[in-house]
Amino acid sequence: MKINDEHLNELENEAIFVMREVAAQFEKKVILFSGGKDSIVLVHLAKKAFWPAKMPFSLLHIDTGHNFEETLRFRDDLAKELGIELIVRLVQDSIDQGKVTEESGINASRNKAQSVTLLDAIEELKIDVAVGGGRRDEEKARAKERFFSHRNEFGQWDPKNQRPELWNIFNGHKKMGEHFRVFPISNWTELDVWQYIMKEEIKLPELYYTHRRKIFERNGIYLAWAPFMQLKPAEKVFETNVRCRTIGDITCTGVTLSKADNLEDIISEIAATRVTERGGRYDDKRSEAAMEDRKKEGYF
Amino acid sequence: MGINGENQYKSLLRFTTAGSVDDGKSTLIGRLLYDSKSIFEDQMDHIVESSKRLGKEEVDLSLLTDGLRAEREQGITIDVAYRYFATPERKFIIADTPGHIQYTRNMVTGASTADLAVILVDARKGVLEQTVRHSFIAVLLDIRHIIFCINKMDMLGYSEDVFMKIREELTALSSKLKIEDVHYIPISAKHGDNVVKPSEKMKWYHGKTFLRLIETIKLNKDKNSYIARFPVQAVIRPLSEVHHDYRGYAGRVAGGAFCKGDTVTILPSMTRSKISGIDAMKKSLSKASNGDSVTVTLEDQVDVSRGDLIVKENELPESGQDINLMTCWFNERSLRTGGKYIVRNYSNETACIIKSVNYKMNIETLEKETANPEVSMNDIASITIRTAKPLFYDSYRKNNITGSLILIDEGTNETVAAGMID
Repeated sequence: MKINDEHLNELENEAIFVMREVAAQFEKKVILFSGGKDSIVLVHLAKKAFWPAKMPFSLLHIDTGHNFEETLRFRDDLAKELGIELIVRLVQDSIDQGKVTEESGINASRNKAQSVTLLDAIEELKIDVAVGGGRRDEEKARAKERFFSHRNEFGQWDPKNQRPELWNIFNGHKKMGEHFRVFPISNWTELDVWQYIMKEEIKLPELYYTHRRKIFERNGIYLAWAPFMQLKPAEKVFETNVRCRTIGDITCTGVTLSKADNLEDIISEIAATRVTERGGRYDDKRSEAAMEDRKKEGYF
Repeated sequence: MGINGENQYKSLLRFTTAGSVDDGKSTLIGRLLYDSKSIFEDQMDHIVESSKRLGKEEVDLSLLTDGLRAEREQGITIDVAYRYFATPERKFIIADTPGHIQYTRNMVTGASTADLAVILVDARKGVLEQTVRHSFIAVLLDIRHIIFCINKMDMLGYSEDVFMKIREELTALSSKLKIEDVHYIPISAKHGDNVVKPSEKMKWYHGKTFLRLIETIKLNKDKNSYIARFPVQAVIRPLSEVHHDYRGYAGRVAGGAFCKGDTVTILPSMTRSKISGIDAMKKSLSKASNGDSVTVTLEDQVDVSRGDLIVKENELPESGQDINLMTCWFNERSLRTGGKYIVRNYSNETACIIKSVNYKMNIETLEKETANPEVSMNDIASITIRTAKPLFYDSYRKNNITGSLILIDEGTNETVAAGMID
């Protein structure tokens, strides 16, 4: 498959420009790393933006404790290969300290609890900018997000009162205790990300390719089974060929039935799919404004 | 699966849409996404559900674009929303902006990154003051392609006479505003006429459908492309064993092109050197063109830092401390004549004071108001600023990057104004 690069080049140029603005305008800089494809692409762009110098970022991973093992291994290897600092903060610690109450019940997830751990890490490490892989095409509240997104001293996002962002001039001025979230791949779509991964030959965790896995179905979504997940009586675990379309916390990441074992086939599948990427995310199914509400509280 | 044919986007087109809710702007975008099969099943399910919950008789496609809770509750668009879709011909980024006068600043924001503007006109109402305002803003931001969609043709029996009359008025407006490339399409966003599919009801219209037009329109991408400009974002110094003496200047070419071996002048120091290399990670390039993010190395050890501008030796920009510009005011606190602000022109920041307001533009009548210099939120005015140190810039018409700036309030850190240098 030949990929015409013109639009990918433009998106890459824009993202690299944003990365360099981040480097110039902030002090303590991290890339929010989840082990998912978007954050892996971010790391690749950061590498390109500062080559041959080392990227001026650390990786920050908020670990829910419910991650795929492959993700964690991939994360450790990547940080080592790049020779950059990897900071891990555990949601379990926030739970143990009583800062957040663990959800219970059948749909229990630590997805929301991550915000608390993230904001604590930002405060503890005096992080003034966290670069994330959020994209505007993912979700309708994200469609309103800026490249440089201001967070007040409580880490909150105020969607109705955002700074105007014109041309490619980014205003990162802030007061003590406030921070920014920056989204260099705001203008990329899911398909752009996959095409870019193919064009740049970026290595991904094996989870994105077809593999045998134990899964079960809930409300029309296939979820990966893990020992800590509670099943409803009618739900049956079975093993089949699947791949992940997104990777997040196991409790809310849907998997796709697929035999695609290479990027070309994955891109074909995605181009033909009729459901959005987040359609398989259990965390967004909670209410119409689920994402907006989580983002206001400090979510990624 | 025709992946080879289907997913090679030939280019990227960024456009902005202006028009009030009543003009059917969100419906047009919804229709465009729906008929071009860019709406996914789960999104559609949501809209069907929400439409029912809001007690609407038909599926309301505008619900697709109104993403914030407050917007859905009030049925209005508050902020700029960005939408993405692609066809075999092109990839599109839509900046969907609210049309009411109190959101002029959002419209300016959306227009600042657009190649093309789509302006909706309600066929029942014809050219209104807001049509003038939307067109003026597009021209002010130097958008060179405008498509007027004359909407709600279904409510007027798809009459050719109605369309021709509005078209005539718009032609007069376009020549007054000196718009370079103008198109007119009669549509019904609600029923889909001439949006993606040609209208059965308007056989008298022989032009392209809206989608076909934006897929095929030839863009004047020559904007910014004559004079070479390279604003320096960061200095790259690895200080590693392998690259011990490497010293590169990272930035994005903001006009023209630079080649290896070009003699360049660095501003503000006015020192000269030659480009010894252009790097894009491990690739060594012989040329970097408008829009490319690269790292440039120079032959001589010269002093270059963030905020500097690299140009070709005999293509110097304008420079000075007293600068005239058109501004759009963004903040609730009105402009203070004599007030001090931070000014940011590409990667360069310095302090400035606003010396004078020359006139305020009445953007509905296009008249200049010199009697009332109060410039409040959403106002557009001509002002003069005095900067603490000289700026090196071009006029906005010549270069949208070196010719644009923002003003930042020192106390609140908010972006309070956008400026287009005369």
